[in-house]
Amino acid sequence: MTQRHEIRLGADIGGTFTDIALEVRGKLFSTKVLTNYSAPEQAILDGIEIVCRDASIAPKDIDIVIHGTTLATNALIERRGAKTALVTTEGFRDVIEMRTENRFEQYDLSLVLPSPLIPREDRFPVKGRIDAQGRELQPLDERTLEALAEVIGERGFGAVAIGFIHSYMNPAHEERAREILSEKLSIPISISAEVSPQMREFERFNTVCANAYVRPQMADYLSRLQVRLKEMGANCPVFMIHSGGGLISVETASEFPVRLVESGPAGGAIFAADIARRFSLDRVVSYDMGGTTAKICLIEDYQPHSARTFEVARTYRFCKGSGMPISIPVIEMIEIGAGGGSIAWVDAMGRIQAGPESAASEPGPACYQRGGERPAITDADLVLGKLDPDNFAGGKIKLSVDSAMAAITRDVGDRLRLTPQAAAFGIVEVVDENMANAARVHAVENGKNISENIMIAFGGAAPLHAARLCEKLGVDQCLIPQGAGVGSAIGFLKAPFGYEALASKIMGLSKFDAGIINAMLDDLKTTAEGFVRAGTDGEIVREITAFMRYAGQGWEIPVALPDRAFADGDRTMMENAFKERYAQFFGRAVEGPEIEFVTWSVKAQDVRPEGERLALKTEGARVSVPSIRAVFDPASGRTLETAIVPRHALSSGDRVTGPAVIVERETSTIVTSPFDAVIQADGTILLVRKGF
Amino acid sequence: MSDINEIRMQVMWNRLISVVEEQALTLLRTAFSTSVREAGDLSAGVYNAKGEMLAQAVTGTPGHVNTMAEAVLHFIAEIPREDMYPGDTYVTNDPWKGTGHLHDITMVSPSFKGEELIGFFACTAHVVDVGGRGFGADGKSVYEEGIQIPIMKFAERGVVNKDLLKILRLNVREPNQVIGDFFSLAACNDVGHKRLIEMLDEVGYDNLDTLGNFILSRTHVATMERIAGLPKGAWSNEMLTDGYDEPIKLAAEVSITNSGVNVDFAGSGAMSRWGINVPLIYTKAYACYALKCVVAPDIPNNAASLAVFNVSSPTNILNAERPAPVSVRHVIGHMVPDLVLGALAKALPGKILAEGAAALWNIHISVRPVAGGTGRRAEVLMFNSGGMGARPGLDGLSSTAFPSGVHTMPIEATEHTGPIVVWRKELRPNSGGAGKYRGGLGQVIEIAPAEGHEFDFSAMFDRIATPPRGRDGGEDGAPGSARLDDGTKLRPKGWQHVPAGRRLVLELPGGGGFGSPAERSSEAKAEDLSKGYVTEKK
Repeated sequence: MTQRHEIRLGADIGGTFTDIALEVRGKLFSTKVLTNYSAPEQAILDGIEIVCRDASIAPKDIDIVIHGTTLATNALIERRGAKTALVTTEGFRDVIEMRTENRFEQYDLSLVLPSPLIPREDRFPVKGRIDAQGRELQPLDERTLEALAEVIGERGFGAVAIGFIHSYMNPAHEERAREILSEKLSIPISISAEVSPQMREFERFNTVCANAYVRPQMADYLSRLQVRLKEMGANCPVFMIHSGGGLISVETASEFPVRLVESGPAGGAIFAADIARRFSLDRVVSYDMGGTTAKICLIEDYQPHSARTFEVARTYRFCKGSGMPISIPVIEMIEIGAGGGSIAWVDAMGRIQAGPESAASEPGPACYQRGGERPAITDADLVLGKLDPDNFAGGKIKLSVDSAMAAITRDVGDRLRLTPQAAAFGIVEVVDENMANAARVHAVENGKNISENIMIAFGGAAPLHAARLCEKLGVDQCLIPQGAGVGSAIGFLKAPFGYEALASKIMGLSKFDAGIINAMLDDLKTTAEGFVRAGTDGEIVREITAFMRYAGQGWEIPVALPDRAFADGDRTMMENAFKERYAQFFGRAVEGPEIEFVTWSVKAQDVRPEGERLALKTEGARVSVPSIRAVFDPASGRTLETAIVPRHALSSGDRVTGPAVIVERETSTIVTSPFDAVIQADGTILLVRKGF
Repeated sequence: MSDINEIRMQVMWNRLISVVEEQALTLLRTAFSTSVREAGDLSAGVYNAKGEMLAQAVTGTPGHVNTMAEAVLHFIAEIPREDMYPGDTYVTNDPWKGTGHLHDITMVSPSFKGEELIGFFACTAHVVDVGGRGFGADGKSVYEEGIQIPIMKFAERGVVNKDLLKILRLNVREPNQVIGDFFSLAACNDVGHKRLIEMLDEVGYDNLDTLGNFILSRTHVATMERIAGLPKGAWSNEMLTDGYDEPIKLAAEVSITNSGVNVDFAGSGAMSRWGINVPLIYTKAYACYALKCVVAPDIPNNAASLAVFNVSSPTNILNAERPAPVSVRHVIGHMVPDLVLGALAKALPGKILAEGAAALWNIHISVRPVAGGTGRRAEVLMFNSGGMGARPGLDGLSSTAFPSGVHTMPIEATEHTGPIVVWRKELRPNSGGAGKYRGGLGQVIEIAPAEGHEFDFSAMFDRIATPPRGRDGGEDGAPGSARLDDGTKLRPKGWQHVPAGRRLVLELPGGGGFGSPAERSSEAKAEDLSKGYVTEKK
């Protein structure tokens, strides 16, 4: 089926811009339009008109639209969802309010915890209990549920979430409760066993609440989008990209909109994975830096790492634990409040801090001269000479060096008695170090050494900071692809039709029962392939992963297992596979404890056509430079005469010696003094450490 | 360019904090006990060659962090420099030289760069069992509370001490888990060391001296600025706690001078016959924590920020001497911040929160099949929290650990560890002390043995006879209670029985209120009612 999709369109709605990428038989057209908050679909339609005109095609010629959006994420962050009722197990009304009973910041006695998504008066307990083994301890109180349906109907709720204890082991009570409620209610009902069938009640209940909360709004939006696309003549199928990086149908997305959270960043990771495949790079760290946040993701063998839980809407300086946990399959990345708009300030210790507060697009950094008075990262980049004030965003926005300097001097330089340039260097160093720390911690969580990776950088601000980040991380090579500014939307075009189905089942390795596991895996395969079949009739590949640990541990590690029916005799193979992975993560296997399985996952996706493969060129012919500007060089701590080269003037095989700045419409690539840049056959810039 | 140098030092300071964060993370990922892996009862830190703490992980709890800061000095005193080699790891669970009870294992590893000893990494975690009577207050001396491991080598030049493992294996109830945790503690120090060496290589430093001096001198200056801003004088406070079988008085005098803050605990009750005594090292940890929250919450915790606080006490329950029983030292120890904050409230009127539940309500459950039945035996540990006191300007946090920094365990995870059923774990209405700002709510927990089982449990509860007091006209929080569902009253401390078919019902204390209830806004009152935090028929 994929062969038929010769004209593909990707649409990524972000906080500031809606990015459109159109691929017509291998040729790429892209545009950015401002996101329209009251009618998000309008920006997509406007963007489609522009790229269709550029490509001389009509909307009806488009074979497939692939869409990702931050709308669900924003609804959660801004608390703009439906009035939602939570029906839960009696005795557990406050699970989403009591959280982990922990203060995420030890010393702040005025700490405020994020309020629960669904307030206490809208949480309704019902008798009925399943135990840890999935057996019924107490029957479901159906009478109370019938009465509850009336209450929910009368009180004007727009959605219902159902979350019962141990429903991931046995969903019968949740399913029956949905059945009873739906007889009297016409609003959408989400159950936790379907949305997030994983152990740990706080995470699972919160996930089903989040799903119910954004569901009416997302369903409305998606149906409006489909109607409007048809009206403009685009009759093609529309698919959504989900947080795990695969595609799902609009119908599935309308039912499980929580799966769309983080779909934009997931597109970025796929974009990087595609570049990694193109250059045959098996260990890659992707680095995506926009206006508000930076995202860092590990990509191994052209596959982004995945995780089963993450946190959205962090309320306290991006502090871990201050947001909402969402347990769904997700491309694992670390996101920190470090973007071009991040505000710099000085703390009580006289230390420079950067972010997470952002100047965003309004009022913007001081240098935009649109009312922003506090210094942002972009201001510091400008003062250091990394940006050309007359040629920012293709000359659309004129940047004021004086305003940037004034803001930096007032908020940072005067307080620390630093020159504006030293203060700007401090700001940029701090944000670069924050990103480097985040990258290191992320790597260690995955049992990896960051410096063994090649970086792929994209997003408006990343090329300005990538080289310095590489210096800090000990990374020797970094790629800056073409189209980096709309990387996520391009990534959508490369996304496979994929789905990951999960089920928890705790079982000791010594008691491994192949019959039970095979039956469970068959169910998971059916579920996963069912989703994939909605989008493709081509070949499907599957990956089987067991999440395993030593009995007594709480953190499972993913162990890849062969895709075949298991026999009881496979124990030794599984034990060896686990111990090998464990040693990779933590140094040495532990002697003594029993090994156990906790969760099984089946990932199914269609087989993508092999793209063009290129060899990475690290050598090239030195080019002469047309102009010179003074730019601060962090490695030497001095301002250096720096070559300025337009990207379009460079061609394959050219080598530019650092320090240099390669300028283009949306951004500039900084080549610091320890690096050179070599242009690849597809126009990608390779930053390579001198002498590497 | 000294400007640039300054910035480089700042950046390395951040990096050092991220090094210890990685260290803590490794421990969380690999630990076996639920107390560590689900509840975060651990800490990790890096020290210079003199044993001064330079940075601690944000992950962790004050009872460990601040005790460990001192514990490292004991290791240096016991193990001569010429006996230290690269690849070594040292261990102890000595309550007086570690973190106050035998269940906490502290490991210290020297960090060598080439031949030079440049510093130490240390970490602590609470393991599930150390033998003896088990986690509880019933021991008459520390000898009954489990195996004592003196400061010694867990590993020399990377080779693990097999004799120690053999002795451990025979002395604890869950040898696989406990030994597994020993390995994860050692592994986490190794990760810290590797990252530190990478960092020093990258910046071209031979040791931690320059960076360490920068960190400590900066911190000292900033902390002294805060001390200068405090009123000078001496203020005292007293408090009653439940004790084991009779109430125990705690007393503190806080004096603030130009050079720092001193806290003395003279006047506190005598040592108890039961395992609720507190070694001074643990008392100090929580006293310093309380002071730091008020004086310098945003200054990173290290040897210099701790040095301005001096803590002393004659021998008493807050400075118990060997061989006093100390297994549940945390119950009285967790009261120390409220005690110290009460004295500070007199120095800084209107600025200090009310008393709260303070002590965690930990339950250790030993569950087994009823006589003649079949089923599972298991040891289950739960951490639960009551309400925090109301703050000036803010209601208290409900069911939130304070002063401890741990988490609770998910019920679904707890029920997998043993045959028990938790029938209720939710907020306890009407438990927050009334006030302009309401105290945080406690919680209600109901636990039953699974069918065909019975259990014994170790109670480690407080604020049942002596509820948290309100401040500045705020009312007291509700006292806690422990009983069976048939009404049988249970004791706040000690091992007790729950027969098959019965439920253990725990009502955790709420926090005290702040300011007069008459001044509470009508919106806040309406919200209390609509959310059911307060019910009409109270």
